Amino acid sequence: MGREVEQAKKRTLRQTLFIVGGMSLFVFALVPMYGVLCDLTGLNGKPRNQAQQVADVSPDTSRTVTVEFLASVNESMPWDFRPAVARMTVHPGEVKQTSFLARNLTAADMVGQAIPSVTPGLAALHFKKTECFCFTEQKFAAGEEREMPLIFMVDKDLPEDISTVTLAYTFFDKQKLVD
Amino acid sequence: MSTATTTHDAHHEEHPSGLMRWVTTTNHKDIGTLYLLFSLLMFMVGGAMAMVIRAELFEPGLQFVEPQFFNSMTTMHALIMIFGAVMPAFVGLANWLIPMMIGAPDMALPRMNNWSFWILPFAFAILLSTLFMEGGAPAGGWTMYPPLVMQTGNAFPFLIFSVHLMGISSIMGAINVIVTIVNMRAPGMTMMKMPLFVWTWLITAYLLIATMPVLAGAVTMLLTDRFFDTSFFNAAGGGDPVMFQHIFWFFGHPEVYILILPAFGIVSQIIPTFARKPLFGYSSMVYATASIAFLSFIVWAHHMFTVGMPLTGELFFMYATMLIAVPTGVKVFNWVSTMWRGAMTFETPMLFAIGFVIMFTIGGFSGLMLAMAPVDFQYHDTYFVVAHFHYVLVTGAVFAIMGACYYWIPKWTGHMYNEKLGKLHFWLSTISVNILFFPQHFLGLAGMPRRIPDYSVQFAGFNEISSIGGFAFGLTQLLFVYIVFQTIKGGEKATDQVWEGAHGLEWTLPSPPPYHSFSTAPEVK
Repeated sequence: MGREVEQAKKRTLRQTLFIVGGMSLFVFALVPMYGVLCDLTGLNGKPRNQAQQVADVSPDTSRTVTVEFLASVNESMPWDFRPAVARMTVHPGEVKQTSFLARNLTAADMVGQAIPSVTPGLAALHFKKTECFCFTEQKFAAGEEREMPLIFMVDKDLPEDISTVTLAYTFFDKQKLVD
Repeated sequence: MSTATTTHDAHHEEHPSGLMRWVTTTNHKDIGTLYLLFSLLMFMVGGAMAMVIRAELFEPGLQFVEPQFFNSMTTMHALIMIFGAVMPAFVGLANWLIPMMIGAPDMALPRMNNWSFWILPFAFAILLSTLFMEGGAPAGGWTMYPPLVMQTGNAFPFLIFSVHLMGISSIMGAINVIVTIVNMRAPGMTMMKMPLFVWTWLITAYLLIATMPVLAGAVTMLLTDRFFDTSFFNAAGGGDPVMFQHIFWFFGHPEVYILILPAFGIVSQIIPTFARKPLFGYSSMVYATASIAFLSFIVWAHHMFTVGMPLTGELFFMYATMLIAVPTGVKVFNWVSTMWRGAMTFETPMLFAIGFVIMFTIGGFSGLMLAMAPVDFQYHDTYFVVAHFHYVLVTGAVFAIMGACYYWIPKWTGHMYNEKLGKLHFWLSTISVNILFFPQHFLGLAGMPRRIPDYSVQFAGFNEISSIGGFAFGLTQLLFVYIVFQTIKGGEKATDQVWEGAHGLEWTLPSPPPYHSFSTAPEVK
């Protein structure tokens, strides 16, 4: 085998290893890329989990949207969690307030985190929250019960064909992540 | 080595005998044999698991196994058949054939070749050991979707590490194939003169090095989510389990073409031989293979139409998927045109190749049905999907591999196989495999979900038929094992060319070929 062939083999080997290395980095780059894409488009039905400014607060009274509230707990979360009302009718552009009730059923202090999800997914970008218990971790003492407020608005750009928006919260046990 | 060798050439012919020959070998033929025998063993292990599945599904109700164990069987059957049977079989064929087809003495990186094989027995020993662990073997499906996969017991890290090892092994095998094909072709063997098996493997190897790191990354994220409190897929920490599906299928869809492109290559070698005509549309075959490989990277979300995508996403992935039917159709028409007006004979390899063309096309059509987003909402996760991918993988990939074994085994061993038994094996397999998988289309359309140990009574009839076909197909494969070992032991002496219509460098070598294929490179005109 000539020296040229040996060198050519090494060059091809380097190129293929470069692809393997590049793809190994690319898969981890997909994680932030996915996050950015979903933030921009609301693809995965995840609303922004921070307080949003609402400038235009004049309601569009010609249109009504039903907002449904769901509350559930993750399988490893021994809390009781439910919405104060199951559904309400709102006008796009109208700021509304409701609340959710949670109770720590255990005999230990716990930290939980509520994760929202909006259905249909495309409504997520238009569901704006100015105040929500889901923005931060919630500390509950053993057996504590608390009512937690949510102030929200469905904006006027909500696509015409959407007449019902479902907001679902799941409470997760965050104690392990806090420790 | 203790015996001093006088000349360089003599040294080449010497190798340790007995077990150490196989452990330390760097010879492409030895490693090819190891891969193929390993694959046959895994085919039997995965097949035994399929028998458990079909026995449990023979009638409604729970008969033989616990539901958890049943789920382990479906999960392990898939992992073993994909990573243990089909992929090593293709790598084994590549090892045996690529150097002989391009006129090279051996593979380019022989030591790495040894390593890439010997990782596999360890990877599968780890995977199979999970059957005996507390919490049972992985049971969340071979796709390992979180959060379900997180419920796996002690087997979880073993599952992840065995997948890592399989990935490392296939990446090394693929690098070896690329370096060999790019640098070691005989003078005159230009790219567009390479046999199609070599072409399809070159493209497959690029798919492997591009996607295996993605799978490795995805399962690593599962591992850190479980043990190191990261939240890649954990909603509580801001992650998203749907992202796993996107990453997994970004690997997974190219993976299914890794499982079929070398089969296209095999069939493109066999059909011209027995039609006694050159392959119709050689260059269109090359371009079609490359197009399929490219498209495989932009269709992944058709596996997850039901997760809730915007309409534009559904449409894009639907149309992109349907586009794949075009290059695939080009291939099918080329195979048919090759046979058109050819002087055909129907030896066992040709029977398997024709069986492949017909039954793979059935699987391709059910794939087109699944590609339609609106109807996929009904078919998703039903037995229709099971029927579809078994048509493309069993009557597609596995039939091509078996055809390849019959086609090249006289070259490898120097003995003709028993033609009568080979034909019997083909016909029994073809009849039973259709009894096995065709009724599953009806079950799926009627709404039977996949991965369940028990089912509603209205599905009983077709499941019974399917199970009978399954047992028959399973038993028939013992005949294949018998034929293979009978041929290795002895048989009618094969000529160098073996088949009257065979063309290509591998048929210019003696049967069996010398330990090193081409010590001096042949001239290709």
